[in-house]
Amino acid sequence: MDSDEDFLSTLSSDDDIMLDDSENDDMSNGDEFDDAFDEDPDDEPDLGLQKQKTPVAYDIGFKVYSPGDIQQQQEDMMNEVNMILEMSKEDAAILLRHFRWNKERLIEDFMDNSDKVVEAAGIVTSVANPPQLETLDGFMCDICCDDDEGLKSFAMKCGHRYCVNCYRHYLTQKIREEGEAARIQCPAEGCSRIIDARSLDLLVTPELSDRYQELLNRTYVEDKDTLKWCPAPDCENAVECGIKKKELDKVCNSTIEKNGGCNHMTCRKCKHEFCWMCMGLWSEHGTSWYNCNRFEEKSGTDARDAQAKSRVSLERYLHYYNRYANHEQSARLDKDMYTKTEKKMVQLQSASGMSWIEVQYLNSASQALQTCRQTLKWTYAFAFYLARNNLTEIFEDNQKDLELAVENLSEMFEKPISELADSKLKDTAENLANGMSPNKL
Amino acid sequence: MALPKRIVKETERLMSEPVPGISAVPHDDNLRYFDVEIHGPSGSPYEARVVLDRRLPHGAPKIRFLTKIYHPNVDKLGRICLDVLKNNWSPALQIRTILLSIQALLGAPNPDDPLAADVAKDWKEDENRAIATAKEWTSKYAVPGSK
Repeated sequence: MDSDEDFLSTLSSDDDIMLDDSENDDMSNGDEFDDAFDEDPDDEPDLGLQKQKTPVAYDIGFKVYSPGDIQQQQEDMMNEVNMILEMSKEDAAILLRHFRWNKERLIEDFMDNSDKVVEAAGIVTSVANPPQLETLDGFMCDICCDDDEGLKSFAMKCGHRYCVNCYRHYLTQKIREEGEAARIQCPAEGCSRIIDARSLDLLVTPELSDRYQELLNRTYVEDKDTLKWCPAPDCENAVECGIKKKELDKVCNSTIEKNGGCNHMTCRKCKHEFCWMCMGLWSEHGTSWYNCNRFEEKSGTDARDAQAKSRVSLERYLHYYNRYANHEQSARLDKDMYTKTEKKMVQLQSASGMSWIEVQYLNSASQALQTCRQTLKWTYAFAFYLARNNLTEIFEDNQKDLELAVENLSEMFEKPISELADSKLKDTAENLANGMSPNKL
Repeated sequence: MALPKRIVKETERLMSEPVPGISAVPHDDNLRYFDVEIHGPSGSPYEARVVLDRRLPHGAPKIRFLTKIYHPNVDKLGRICLDVLKNNWSPALQIRTILLSIQALLGAPNPDDPLAADVAKDWKEDENRAIATAKEWTSKYAVPGSK
């Protein structure tokens, strides 16, 4: 792995004016984010756990990178590879992404068998002509079948040529709808040539280019073992530290984004089902040894010296804080779902022939969900302060029950209309709403 | 709305050089709809009627089996689990290619990546029996003249 000094020392700028401009913009943005970050620790809910302020051994050094910094790091690596291997910066970028930013391995493998590497990464080497739109006589676009004279067309070095409109539409769809960036292939069937940044800039709107860059930054941070996104909501900075722990699906190693409130996650790639909170198998949840909400404290008794103790207490704090924060986020996502609910209610009426009053249960389900998430969130703050005794066991059992029921409801909520008509959702929602009102906790 | 050129071209191509074992006829009142008859590759127990809704050029076409079919990758509603209709769709893919992929799927059911879990289970437990059931369903629901 590279050291950070590497990135910072080689601040060689390249010829690309457009990129330079956007970098400057990003840098100024980055400063703002830095400021925001500096103020953050004061806003953090301090539960009065860390009484001592002196630096201790478990403090791990870390660095914060703004989106501009992240981009700069990538640029530097691209420039380096571009110089060593004498290829265009865009091709270097594709190769680096293919090797998950492991520069040493790239260079080694490339020296070993450049043809194989280039083939696997989806690059077609040729003379470095800048990509451009062309107007060819007698050209017909294979996608829209348009053959108007003067129709502008584009092809990457693989030669699969399509008209500008279709290419643009294709890229927009990939970036906007599928969130794809690092591996957008040529539209031709079976062609694995990857689109490069410069060709993309030629074809799409600046907004889409920005989004593309953002997605690329994401892959970069996800590919680097030492980088991790700042966990605070809406924060765009990445953090670098020695700990390598990532939110990866353990089974197929693809990165996962939580886009709904439900914590029952299913990997889109390998269909592995797991719990977002503890990353354990979902199938284990709801069985007798489910303990996602409980912090195992047995390690605490083993702790001897003060250092280990404070580390344990920090872990304990994080355990509860993570769950607290997660329910808060889930509540927000559930709320987003609710804004879509009204539309759903109308659709449901027409789909199932229910009357307006009959689909009201969706509304009450959403409200129940919000209340429950709110309650759950604070039960973790509550649990943090509880001393361990038999009553806490009962408390945790109740907490577990509520959590399971809420995840069930949240999951049902995300189902398509056709399955919503099922009265199960209605029952669960009503049960939950009833269970909440006397507030057993 | 005028029909996109692509659809006109593809329809012409399908008519002039039909795919062996597949007949595709555009719907009378909506030329984006196709009624398709597929004969499974020889030795396969399937024949089927399919309806195809083309949202070409940029969206993948919507395809559904109209005749009941006993196949691990087709569900009760006739929806198909096929990569080229989902994440591997590309606007450069032709209807012809899609139809050939479906025909190939009829020839090679894949119970390891099932859409109809119960069918896949039968398939894995006793393949011969499953194929017999598939044949029976085909003759019952999909052979011309049956309903």
